[in-house]
Amino acid sequence: MSKYKLLEGKAVSIRKNIITMLNKSGSGHPGGSLSAVEILTTLYFDEMRVDSENPGWNERDRFILSKGHAAPVLYATLVEKGYFPKEELSSLRQVNSMLQGHPDMKGTPGVDMSTGSLGQGFSASCGMALASKLDKLDTRTYVLLGDGEVQEGIVWETAMAAAHYKLDNLVAILDFNGLQIDGPNDIVMGVQPLADKFRAFEWNVIEIDGHKYDEIINAFKKAKTVKGKPTIIIANTVKGKGVSFMEDKAGWHGKAPNDEETKIALAELEVI
Amino acid sequence: MGNMIATRDAYGKALISLGKTNNNVVVLDADLSKSTKTAEFSTTFPDRFFNMGIAEQNMMGVAAGFAAAGKVPFVSTFAMFATGRAFEIIRNSIAYPKLNVKICATHAGITVGEDGASHQALEDIACMRVIPNMTVIVPSDAVETDAVIHAISKFNGPVYVRLGRLAVPVINDSEAYSFELGKGVTLKEGKDVTIFATGMMVSEALKASETLKEHGINAGVVNIHTIKPIDKDLIIKKAKETGAVITVEEHNIIGGLGSAVAEVLSENHPVIMKRIGINDSFGESGKPKDLLEKYKLTASQIVESTKELMTNKRIFESKLRG
Repeated sequence: MSKYKLLEGKAVSIRKNIITMLNKSGSGHPGGSLSAVEILTTLYFDEMRVDSENPGWNERDRFILSKGHAAPVLYATLVEKGYFPKEELSSLRQVNSMLQGHPDMKGTPGVDMSTGSLGQGFSASCGMALASKLDKLDTRTYVLLGDGEVQEGIVWETAMAAAHYKLDNLVAILDFNGLQIDGPNDIVMGVQPLADKFRAFEWNVIEIDGHKYDEIINAFKKAKTVKGKPTIIIANTVKGKGVSFMEDKAGWHGKAPNDEETKIALAELEVI
Repeated sequence: MGNMIATRDAYGKALISLGKTNNNVVVLDADLSKSTKTAEFSTTFPDRFFNMGIAEQNMMGVAAGFAAAGKVPFVSTFAMFATGRAFEIIRNSIAYPKLNVKICATHAGITVGEDGASHQALEDIACMRVIPNMTVIVPSDAVETDAVIHAISKFNGPVYVRLGRLAVPVINDSEAYSFELGKGVTLKEGKDVTIFATGMMVSEALKASETLKEHGINAGVVNIHTIKPIDKDLIIKKAKETGAVITVEEHNIIGGLGSAVAEVLSENHPVIMKRIGINDSFGESGKPKDLLEKYKLTASQIVESTKELMTNKRIFESKLRG
């Protein structure tokens, strides 16, 4: 099987699991989970050095979901990678579940940082990258940010620090789907020009289509060649990607699909 | 009472000793290393010192990341900015995942002095105490600070250590002292009343107990260095023995030592009680000594309050006898 076929297959299964688990839980965030599927699929099945049998391995690459509300895409990906059984997904957001509404590193194997309060995962990723440098490990730290998330002040404190400490082992990916809870970024609180902002903070900036595997893979490859600077990959994405009625709709930021919508969504994903 | 040493100075020295024995110790500061006394660590172990600039929120997040990767970060800035500005990062990124971060904040309390209210943290104990998984320690002097810093480096979990700017009397014997987390230290046995004090107020409590003796009041003194987990057993025991309790802290009387002791006693063994501290107000500029006088955080104030409490105790007890 070609690399792309494998990734595409994984992505379909991850998307279906996102829809199914959200339907079951009755709450959660489909839009920003679906927009990041290709990014996480590429990270876990092509890019990162991880071992699902040994989640605490100190020389692993780390992934931090700083946009923690997209927990379903992380859980579905970890299941696909074998960190825990698929059956767990049906307990999402239920009492006593190991799958909290936002990622909990103490409860879920494979979750590298507890996140949920925006901006904080980015900050922690900077600490992990610094620790790797200090230990002279070649491990890399990957962190996924949302576009609305960059409205948090801490994001820019972190951007400043990561550049100051020349963290070329840190790769941020910005899931730029353009929508946040109250509507488009441009209307809620403009974040542009994002690439210029990060360049001004002395980051290496790469802009890609966040749903195209070749572009994602190349971006990670390019990031490795840049020394002395952290990299941010601004991934242009579609919120709700893969489910026609969710695509590009802010209303699907934090709403679970009902049974009927789930049936339609799963049928659509089947034919991809 | 011996030398005068600020607990921040003892902290700076303890870090050097720790740095030599534990390679996993890293130190983070937010452009205040000369004041927090982490500066000496920064020159002794430059590879393991990270100045995070004037950005306390990110400093706490970075510390969480360091801890998640197996390091033992000691994070310092003023208590105001550590527990106030970065509160939510401490809660969500450090305490919730129970990460091994040691928040050692200096310039707590009114004895910050001339810088005034904006820099005088009087609510930091309350803010940290309310967070699950958090241990809260307030050393009383330099000897205790040194012991605390070494002890918490071996303890796995988030800790808040409250340190001061002002030089305070050394009341513990460096040879004999041994620190036990969560255990109050009885410095003086008493019959009539127990004074529970924390931080720099412990030495004032000791002075007060001497004066009280002259007034015929036998006051015990207990150093509560660990505010959380609090030493319930000792507090209940002392309340039973003396039937009256005073708490003294350089902190708002809401949420700090006084509240913690009241919580224990009201549920287990209610006795008559008086909390001494900052009476729910902000501080102001002034010399530390003048501020302590004005805000009534002195041995003589403890003496006055104790005498008053003794009168109330008699009324209270006669009412009980009915």
